[in-house]
Amino acid sequence: MKFDIKELPNVFGKLSNIGTIFKKEIRSYFNSAVAYVVMVVFLAIVGWMYTSSMFLINVASLRMMFELIPLVFLFLVPAITMRLLAEEKKAGTIELLATKPLHDWEIVTGKFLAAWALIGIALLPTLVYYITVAFLGEIDNGPVIGGYLGLMLMAGVFVAIGLLASSVTENQIVAFIVGLLLMFVFYMLDKVLIFVPDFMTSVVEYLGIDFHFSNIARGVIDSRDIIYFVSLLGFTLYCSVVSLERRKW
Amino acid sequence: MAIAVRNLTKLYGSEKAVNDISFDVKTGEILGFLGPNGAGKTTTMKIITCYMPPTSGKVEVEGLDISEHSFEVRKKIGYLPEMNPLYLDMNVVEYLDYSARLHGLNNALLRSRLKEMIDVCGIADVRHKDIGELSKGFRQRVGLAQAMIHDPEVLILDEPTSGLDPNQIVEIRNLIRQLGRAKTVVLSTHILSEVQATCDRVIIINEGSIVADGTLEQLQQDFRGSEKISLEIKASTANAMTAMVPKFKEMAHVDSVEYGGQDGDLHKFSILTEKGFDIREEIFRRAVSEGWVLIEMSRKATSLEEVFRKLTTADAMNGKE
Repeated sequence: MKFDIKELPNVFGKLSNIGTIFKKEIRSYFNSAVAYVVMVVFLAIVGWMYTSSMFLINVASLRMMFELIPLVFLFLVPAITMRLLAEEKKAGTIELLATKPLHDWEIVTGKFLAAWALIGIALLPTLVYYITVAFLGEIDNGPVIGGYLGLMLMAGVFVAIGLLASSVTENQIVAFIVGLLLMFVFYMLDKVLIFVPDFMTSVVEYLGIDFHFSNIARGVIDSRDIIYFVSLLGFTLYCSVVSLERRKW
Repeated sequence: MAIAVRNLTKLYGSEKAVNDISFDVKTGEILGFLGPNGAGKTTTMKIITCYMPPTSGKVEVEGLDISEHSFEVRKKIGYLPEMNPLYLDMNVVEYLDYSARLHGLNNALLRSRLKEMIDVCGIADVRHKDIGELSKGFRQRVGLAQAMIHDPEVLILDEPTSGLDPNQIVEIRNLIRQLGRAKTVVLSTHILSEVQATCDRVIIINEGSIVADGTLEQLQQDFRGSEKISLEIKASTANAMTAMVPKFKEMAHVDSVEYGGQDGDLHKFSILTEKGFDIREEIFRRAVSEGWVLIEMSRKATSLEEVFRKLTTADAMNGKE
């Protein structure tokens, strides 16, 4: 089950620190069972839940799948991200990393990209469903493209949240639970609007991640939704860097 | 000067881990950083390696300030942290390759350095094994190889032999000495024999302060306390306590005399002398003039161990008062 580094496309250039960390993390995912478990579990859940209802609904659309995947993300993403920094802190290897000539943000970015890429790789096989549906009926490509874009953006924010959770503790289980909790809160925000005072509903709705995801998944790519994802992503990554720099306080 | 530390202080909360220490390390020197656990050795090393900043004070490595030129300093330092943390799921070559790339070595240089380090550190046979499968001795070699992969000028090794068996300790020490010929090395330890075996100079640190700094000989000289001379004398005296003890006590530079009992005609004494005086000759003359037969005489010189114990326990007690 060894993963050869040479098989990876050298996306980031040979001298880049981020690329070096990215490759190391990806290799570590594939050397351990993590990557395979993630992909198998992901495909099994999505495949079973989606295809079991596909013929009942009898509509050539992937909407059901796009509504389902965020729920799977809630559990899968923290499982992927929990070890990223917590393990380094526990084992003390963070000290090796931090005394190399590289910035903390390069460490965070490299690890973030690796976990994000793993989600992307896990999503790839779901294209089979797209091909199947496209073969069976007329499918509207807009929502499909929007759906995948939305999923990747959502995964990005979730990975960043998971990484932040992993940076605050050296215990992976704590990192998992904190990550899951934070993601769950962002996921639920636009679903609990009836409990929110009227004047706050629009703010809470705007903060909810699923609200923006469903906008994009409808096939409408609005700059407001993109800005939401990008700013939340950037802010969370920044928090991770700050959290990593706590050793200097 | 390879490393210059000036008035370095580090506070954890209100606790002083390192308290206003200053020292220099000359280029090419192997410096032993000696102290009991929790004395501030690791903290000082973490500051020199730019892992965390000092609360106050200055550190220069090869003339570069660690806070202003952090990146250049890190490139010049090879660091083996305490407990030798490693990625257990990587194999040896992968790990060294990773470290080298993070140090910015280009491909051609990387390959030659990798080969050299594997040869020098004697890890050729295990280079394709996962680090998690290696014995502690080999892990330590990998840790050292990692610290030197980028050919740094300065090596900082935090307890490089802790947890090894005696054979491995000797191997690692030899390796450090061999590597230390071309580099400036600072190594920390709480094992005295380690310093004796590897270091040119030693700094003893206790409770965050430097309590001694010098070569081994200097330290033994400076901190030689009252020496103990053990005597066994054959004399037909009924009461040695009154007949013999005062004779020793009246001699110059004698601090105290302890009578160790008698066995027939044999009397045992132990004499404590003032610091830095050797009175064995006088004792011999006295024995001759009194008509005693000197059967045995031995002097116990202060070992480094005693110096260390004296410095670290006395100061610890003073600190608490």
